[in-house]
Amino acid sequence: MSIAETFGKAKAEGRSVLVGCMPAGFPTVDDSITSMVAMAEAGCDVIEVELPYSDPVMDGPVIQKASDIALAAGVRTRDTLRIIEAVAGTGATVVLMTYWNPIERYGVDAFARDLAAAGATGMITPDLIPDEAGEWIAAADTYRIDRTFLVSPSSTDERIAMTVGQCRGFVYATALMGVTGARTSVSSQAPDLVGRIRAADPAMPVGVGLGVGTGAQAAEVASFADGVIVGSALIRCVLEAPDLATGHQRLRSLSAELAEGVRAGKPL
Amino acid sequence: MSLDALPDLAGHFGRFGGRFVPEALVRALDELEAAYRSAKTDPVFQERFAGLLRDYAGTPSLLYRAERLSEAIGAEVLLKREDLNHTGAHKVRNVLGQALLAKRMGKPRVIAETGAGQHGVASATAAALLDLECVVYMGQTDTERQALNVARMRMLGATVVPVTNGSRTLKDALNEALRDWVASVDTTHYLLGTAAGPHPFPEIVRDFVGGIGTEAREQCLTQLGRLPDAVAACVGGGSNAIGIFHAFVPDKAVRLYGFEAGGEGVETGRHAASITGGSVGVLHGNRTYLLQDEDGQTMESHSISAGLDYPGVGPEHAWLHDTGRARYEPVTDAEAMTAFQLLCRTEGIIPAIESAHALAGAARIAPQLAAELGRTPTIVINLSGRGDKDVHTAGAYFGILDQNEVIVPGENN
Repeated sequence: MSIAETFGKAKAEGRSVLVGCMPAGFPTVDDSITSMVAMAEAGCDVIEVELPYSDPVMDGPVIQKASDIALAAGVRTRDTLRIIEAVAGTGATVVLMTYWNPIERYGVDAFARDLAAAGATGMITPDLIPDEAGEWIAAADTYRIDRTFLVSPSSTDERIAMTVGQCRGFVYATALMGVTGARTSVSSQAPDLVGRIRAADPAMPVGVGLGVGTGAQAAEVASFADGVIVGSALIRCVLEAPDLATGHQRLRSLSAELAEGVRAGKPL
Repeated sequence: MSLDALPDLAGHFGRFGGRFVPEALVRALDELEAAYRSAKTDPVFQERFAGLLRDYAGTPSLLYRAERLSEAIGAEVLLKREDLNHTGAHKVRNVLGQALLAKRMGKPRVIAETGAGQHGVASATAAALLDLECVVYMGQTDTERQALNVARMRMLGATVVPVTNGSRTLKDALNEALRDWVASVDTTHYLLGTAAGPHPFPEIVRDFVGGIGTEAREQCLTQLGRLPDAVAACVGGGSNAIGIFHAFVPDKAVRLYGFEAGGEGVETGRHAASITGGSVGVLHGNRTYLLQDEDGQTMESHSISAGLDYPGVGPEHAWLHDTGRARYEPVTDAEAMTAFQLLCRTEGIIPAIESAHALAGAARIAPQLAAELGRTPTIVINLSGRGDKDVHTAGAYFGILDQNEVIVPGENN
């Protein structure tokens, strides 16, 4: 399903989309596929595959640690594409989250081509702003990959309008000024930011990420956003489990809780 | 395109530089740029900066004709004595400028990354002087091997945060400082330590340390009545090199040489020579040359000099390399240490090991230049820092420490 269809379907059901993030190759290539399929089966509408990177400046300790584990185990860019292919092959909607240098190194056009061939529908770029994205914008257009750029509470209205104008599929609103990682409460800056995005483009679906980790928080975010993006809390299920079977069980259970949350946020 | 008019309005030096950062930082970078533009034309700010450089940092630094060294390497050598500045290196120029900018922007807190601790100590110094809160991120590997600098920063009132993720060195300290800044940007200025990072940092840092080159150029004209044949500097991130190069860029007859850390040899893979041994990519907010693997993952750098031990380089150096205006060559640990000893023994000056790379490179190019010019060449070398911080490393390297001296394994390497 395309991103637009996924958001459209959720809207028709009167709920928000649940986006669940997992680093490729964490802790191994096969285990990460199992994790992602489990997340999709348990209620994640979109699987956000994060390409592990040596210098992830937007990520907090949980994603850093999981990325380090994947890199230490030898995961390569081509493994990430293989993982995407396997997960998309089960019918899940898959987007890639990646820092920019690995894409530039692979070759921007070649990567867009191979990403589309693997079955991903979109790509989120946390350290690429539209100002520097000319080559990526062209390649994404050519291979019909939805581009998701980030906007932040510190973004001016002009930058929000410019950035949303370059997004396809959905825009990623970072709920707070900070890095990824679950927080005890949902940022009070998030509703205001979503409002400013809607003022710029009422039609563009807005996904909110950073700091969401429980069903209750998912419900709160779902009350004002089209999508709820959860990463660190899901990854921690695997990271902190005594064994993988337990990890995957926790992952299913948290995914189900979050899926319930995104359905509780909005009255039908 | 005129070399001295760069960067362009978006911070590009040709294909290099720019802003590869989370959107969350864009407003802060825009504010910093606006504050810098207004400070640049504000006589009050400029006088305050010039006054601190003169009365507090001790500049202009001397341009010293090193006669015994000249004789030893077969060139007329002039040393730009940045080692005599307060805090012992060129870095004081940058931190004073940026700390004044932080005050101007009304930000009460500065953060900094540091490798060996020199930029951290300089930042803590400027923060103490200008009454700013200061937090320094330093890789845990570095806090252990540079315990004295950690103590210095704390004496000056700074908080030192050991960084325990990734390779626990300078690049991870930089990542952690960026993460702090994303969350604290309203109250905090990121006092970046080199002429790299996202626009406008490469330009701001270059301009704040640019006095090295304008002073050296004037001193050459006054003391020699002419410009030198060549200018030599070591290059890690590249602030001391861009500082001395910039004023000479329009002087086409003056050759510019940057000497990168060749570590154990570029062919061994254990080095920090981003230009001569790396490839083009994006790291820490800018497009430049860096050490990366086939997948674009940053590779760890190696150098006996902690200050050069960084896998990237400032974007203006990448541009000067591509245009051919400056020439970059690697200098190995062993070559640098030979030059280190040479300066100690001929001039009674203990240089920073960073600066010893420039000395070694100058010794290498001297006979080439002499042959090319048909006379003794004149070379200005940026002696960017003093070697007090390196006494332990050098002592261990030369095996001249007393036997019961505790040697930390793998120090600075």
